[in-house]
Amino acid sequence: MSHYSAWSLLRHALDGHRSWAPAWRDPAPRRHYRVVIIGGGGHGLATAYYLARTHGITDVAVLEKGWLGGGNTGRNTAIVRSNYLLAANSRFYEHSLKLWEGLTQELNFNVMFSQRGMVNIAHSNAELSALHRRGNAMRLNGVDAELLSRDDLGRLMPALDLSPEARFPVMGGLIQKRGGTARHDAVAWGYARAADARGVDIIQNCEVTAIRRDGDRVAGVETSRGFIGADKVALCVAGDSGRLAAMAGLRLPIESHVLQALVSEPVKPMLDVVAVSGALHFYINQSDKGELVMGGDIDGHNSYAQRGDPEIIDHVVESAIALFPAIRRMRLMRAWGGTVDMSMDGSPIITRLPVDSLYLNGGWCYGGFKGTPAGGTALAHLIATDTPHPIADRFTLTRFDTGDLLDERGAGSSPWMH
Amino acid sequence: MRIPCPNCGSRSLAEFSYGGAALDRPPGDIGPSPETAPAWDDFVYRRDNPAGPLRELWFHAAGCRAWFVATRDTRSLEFIAEVTP
Repeated sequence: MSHYSAWSLLRHALDGHRSWAPAWRDPAPRRHYRVVIIGGGGHGLATAYYLARTHGITDVAVLEKGWLGGGNTGRNTAIVRSNYLLAANSRFYEHSLKLWEGLTQELNFNVMFSQRGMVNIAHSNAELSALHRRGNAMRLNGVDAELLSRDDLGRLMPALDLSPEARFPVMGGLIQKRGGTARHDAVAWGYARAADARGVDIIQNCEVTAIRRDGDRVAGVETSRGFIGADKVALCVAGDSGRLAAMAGLRLPIESHVLQALVSEPVKPMLDVVAVSGALHFYINQSDKGELVMGGDIDGHNSYAQRGDPEIIDHVVESAIALFPAIRRMRLMRAWGGTVDMSMDGSPIITRLPVDSLYLNGGWCYGGFKGTPAGGTALAHLIATDTPHPIADRFTLTRFDTGDLLDERGAGSSPWMH
Repeated sequence: MRIPCPNCGSRSLAEFSYGGAALDRPPGDIGPSPETAPAWDDFVYRRDNPAGPLRELWFHAAGCRAWFVATRDTRSLEFIAEVTP
């Protein structure tokens, strides 16, 4: 792997950038691997990277049915934060955020991590109290959090409508200054390049069609490119976890739902934080290209369609205009949907499955992107040692039987409510 | 998405609330009894989550306020059958 640096950029400029090597190989699948990871998104590639880097396991294949990062890694809105209430979630996502802070150097690949600040806006005293509670919980967990007055919000976001006549009057807010955004494709590419350099085979256009079992243990996977044997198989296919688990005869505490997002046409810089309104079920930030990126809730019914209902887009756009009236004449450029794993308590699952040597990283709901580095770390640790990583030891499958749930929202076993 | 309410006909998604997969209630009472707990755990928490036809509950909240069961394809989002419980 050639090292990326200002010097290498200069050197390759001498021949007009014609001599760059591909960032990763395109190997044919071998007949057997020690570990096969299904899913070439951020989590699968991160798992392969940490297996190789931390645990020295390089006899690994990542199987991707399409192209790298072409699923939810390329569809999410790239927000990174760790502003959670529950200790188990806070510990995991804060560990992830710390990995994000060094990821560009770690991977020698610019993931464009931008700690521009993550702002929650409150529109009522009750909501403000809830943000106070969340901020205090975050600080008790060692995570940065600061309360914001209306004036603070006005300084941070000059376009925010703070007038008392606003449709949703603003009362105050909470900021996590270390939160922000990253370039989602770069995360997949960076992990892929670094894993490939350590000997991991990344195999694209290779769809898993069945999971072969030998008695109680997994033997390998049938794919569109033939059978591939494996000592251990890991599912990193959030959105499709239910379908893949069904191939092994398992039912999961997960439903697949559609989550939509949209972008406006690009404009000059006008919003340099990530803003969220819980009451409006709405979030917005401005990409480096200038587009306003926004989204809201999941549509709320089971779906594998990767497209949603215009009603949600309507709601998101109405919320955007209510908060930032200046954008009311901007045009919507693009909207899309992704299939997300909604778990039964709203928290992820990183676990061994009831089939021996089969592992799951899923149930990310609408927030898997920010968990990519820690999810990969935790799953690699679990695969290598067969013991859960301390940052993810509550993300079990058994919690749904024992009652040790991680229900951040308190919505119960209605995944469309989380 | 339009939803075929058995009482009101085809109506907009905005009028409805979702009730999830229409599952058969397990026999026996919910509780810590070792005989019935596994079936109740499955009923409350585990799902087939099919990519294809799914029998599910809908509530016509802004209409006739009836619950009904309909079958919808989760890939095409089209309703393919309906019944009233």
